[in-house]
Parts: sequence; C-alpha cells; structure tokens
Amino acid sequence: MAYETNVPYLQGMDDTPLSRSDAGADASALVRLTKVNKHFGALHVLKDIDLEVARGEVVVVIGPSGSGKSTLCRAINRLETIDSGTIELDGRRLPEEGKALATLRADVGMVFQSFNLFAHKTVLENVTLGPVRVKGTRAAEAKELAMSLLERVGVDSQAGKMPAQLSGGQQQRVAIARALAMKPKVMLFDEPTSALDPEMINEVLDVMVALAKDGMTMIVVTHEMGFARRAADRVVFMADGQIVEEADPETFFTNPRSERAQDFLSKILTH
Amino acid sequence: MSALIEELPRLWEGFQLTLFLAVVSGALSLVLGTVLAALRVAPLKSLRVFAAAYVEVARNTPLTLVFVFVVFVLPTLGLILPLGTTPAIIALTAYTSAFVCEAVRSGINSVGVGQAEAARAIGLGTVATLRLVVLPQALRTVVPPLINVLIALTKNTSVAAGFTVVELTSTSRGLARDNPADVLALLAGVAVCYLLITIPAGLLAGRIERKVVFSR
Repeated sequence: MAYETNVPYLQGMDDTPLSRSDAGADASALVRLTKVNKHFGALHVLKDIDLEVARGEVVVVIGPSGSGKSTLCRAINRLETIDSGTIELDGRRLPEEGKALATLRADVGMVFQSFNLFAHKTVLENVTLGPVRVKGTRAAEAKELAMSLLERVGVDSQAGKMPAQLSGGQQQRVAIARALAMKPKVMLFDEPTSALDPEMINEVLDVMVALAKDGMTMIVVTHEMGFARRAADRVVFMADGQIVEEADPETFFTNPRSERAQDFLSKILTH
Repeated sequence: MSALIEELPRLWEGFQLTLFLAVVSGALSLVLGTVLAALRVAPLKSLRVFAAAYVEVARNTPLTLVFVFVVFVLPTLGLILPLGTTPAIIALTAYTSAFVCEAVRSGINSVGVGQAEAARAIGLGTVATLRLVVLPQALRTVVPPLINVLIALTKNTSVAAGFTVVELTSTSRGLARDNPADVLALLAGVAVCYLLITIPAGLLAGRIERKVVFSR
C-alpha cells in the first residue's frame, strides 16, 4: 500500500482531494456500513447510513450532539445493536453474538470518552489482559509488547500504578495502548478527548496523530476540529441520524456544501 | 459459674460444630451466590428468570421450612441424605446463597457499564468479562454486606438444632436441662461462643476491605 509513504495529515493540508476520500467503489473497504438503521425507542438515531472506510484511512465523524455519531461508532463493534442494514469488517459481516463476535471485537480497537480502564488492575495489567486472555499470548511476551506500547504513548513510567492515580490524559493514552495491544485492524475513537481537561487534550491528540501517520485505520468521533484538519483523510458530517456531507477536511472546513454543516461550523468556529 | 467450667468440653463440641456449619455453608454460599448473581445478569433470559425465581423462593421462605424441605421432603423425592450435618449444610447454603446473590448483584450494578464495554471491546466473552473485570470489582464493593450475610448465617446455624444436629444451640438446651441452677451462666457462655465467631468475622472483613480497596 502506498500509505506508508504518504503521510495522511500532510495530504489533508493539500487542496487536491484525497484519492481515498471517495472510496465508495473500493471492494477492499475495511469497514462497510450499508443501509444501517437504529432506533432508541421512538427516536430514529441512525437513518440509512452508508459508510465505507478504506484500509489506512482516517475518518473523522463530526456533528451536533444527538446526531448519532457515537452510536454509529459503537455499532461498528456491536456495542450497540442495529435494527436493519449490514456492517462488514474486512469483508465479513458482523456476527450477532458469542465467540465469533468476541473474535471480531478483538480486531477492532475502541477508545472511550470516559477511558474505562479496568479500575482494579494496574496500567500494565490493563494492557496485557487482552493479549493474554483473548489471544493466548505468553505473559512475558505480552508484558514486553505492553511496555513498548506504553512507551509509545509516553506512560511507560506509570506501568505499575492504578488507573485512578493517573491524570485523565495519561489514562486515555493507556486506553489507546490497551486497544493497540490487540493489534487491531481498525481503531474506533468515541469522543476520546471530551472528558479531558483542556491542557491534556493535546497529549492524547498527538498520540492519535502519530497513529494516523503510522497508517492505522481510524474512525474518530470528535469535536476537535484541529485534529480533523491535521490527521483526517475524510470528514463525515452527521446530523439527525444521517450523513449529511462527506469531504476531505480542507474542503469541508473552508467550503461546506450543506446548510446544516455551514450552520454547525459557524457555531463552533466563531469563538 | 462452676457448671459453665465443668461443661466447657460439651460447649467446645457444640462450638466446633457451629463453626463447621458456618464455615462450610458460608464458603458454599459465597460460591453459589456469586454464580447466581452472574446468572441474574446473563444475556440469556431463561438463566435470568431461573436465578431470579430461585432467589425469590429461597430468601422468602423461613429457614426452618427450608430445613423441613431438605430433611423430610427431599428423601420422599428419592434423595436420601445421611442425617446430621449434610442436610443442614444443604439447607443453610440453599437459603444463604440467595442473600449472597443479592449482595453480589448490587455490587455488579455498582460497577460502571463502561468497564464491561471495555472488556467486551478487547474481545473478552461474556463469562470472561464477568470473571476478570466485573466480579473482581463487584466483590470488593460488597464485603460489608457479605459479612452481614455471613454473620446472619452463623446465627442461623442454630436452626439445625431442631434437626438432630448437636451444635451450640442444641448443646445449650442440653446444658440447661442438666444444670437448671446455672442456666443464665450457661446461656451467656453459649452467646459468647457465637460472638467468638461473628466478631472476628467482622474484624476480618474490615481487614479484607482495606486490603482490596481501590479507587475508581
């Protein structure tokens, strides 16, 4: 893949549209959602969502709150079930339940808004739990992998501490390391910086940008427009459960087509 | 008072049996109650319904009736048990595990849903999620209510006195009959024996609680 040599967040700065931006016809799409619908009671949160994410692509999902972007993100590893439509990962339909679903989830890294580190385990144990218990990796090997990942996200010195002893930014970076330890095919980020104090947001975003540079396929729900500009290949704008607009970041932020997107951007960019 | 000292060997016998009933039934109840709590949050509805029904029946039935069921009804259904401690342990466990289940379940509910989601997200199945992530946290938060349940169990072992088990309460009856002049001292001695089990249990719980505490 040409991806290794092409740094995506530099591409994003370019005026030319990204080749991957309209990967609609790409048969090798890593994540493919087709006509996905979801209701919460009477609320129709996802309306006929079609979305494809190519291998190595970084897609940022933005939109007003309640637009369904978090639900979309969580549906991809079936933390939310869907009412109709299909979600495929690497050509395989999402299993409904059981072992097959667990196996698939092991291939999808997930980073939550509220970190969700295992509160009774040390930082190191948080990262080694998945490899040891799900993949059967030997303890020593898992520890080595975990330490290298913790080093990569800059919290290796905290390996022996409990999650509650860490700052929010550190916790979220551990959560990223925990997800990476499963060697996932795709990483989902569900508002990863929304629960952080402002001074900690950048340390997490830096890790995410580095991850994008390394070619990780990422779907990121965020309000960080700076991150979208720096790292996204494509911005997906959602409102009222629908994908209203998709474009490369530069086009989207400078020249949004839809009224909803213009309205949304004017509200968040004015101050 | 002298009667109490003279009868110490008998008291000691009864004490040992009460302690035995409490420890064995307590251990079994903790295991069975935890399994029941896991069933109550299982993804399969039939398991949830079964566990809920069991808990409601067991905890709302007087313990004496549970004993009657185990000692007199089970044999008519073809399950012949040796007399003595076995039926008592079965009855105490069947009853106490319902209370353990509810204590553990309250602990499970206190663990944030995000913990289970994170566990599932790294590929852990339902059982592994419960066993490795949810239950270890749930059990730590329910040490105080669990000790309440175990203290109640210790006192409930006295019901076995009515079913041929010569534990402390049964012993106290015999002692009172044989030493009518010293009933008060003897009963006080029996009460102290119960305290010798329940107070250390409470102290132990405090230590366990401090040891396993973690912050979220």
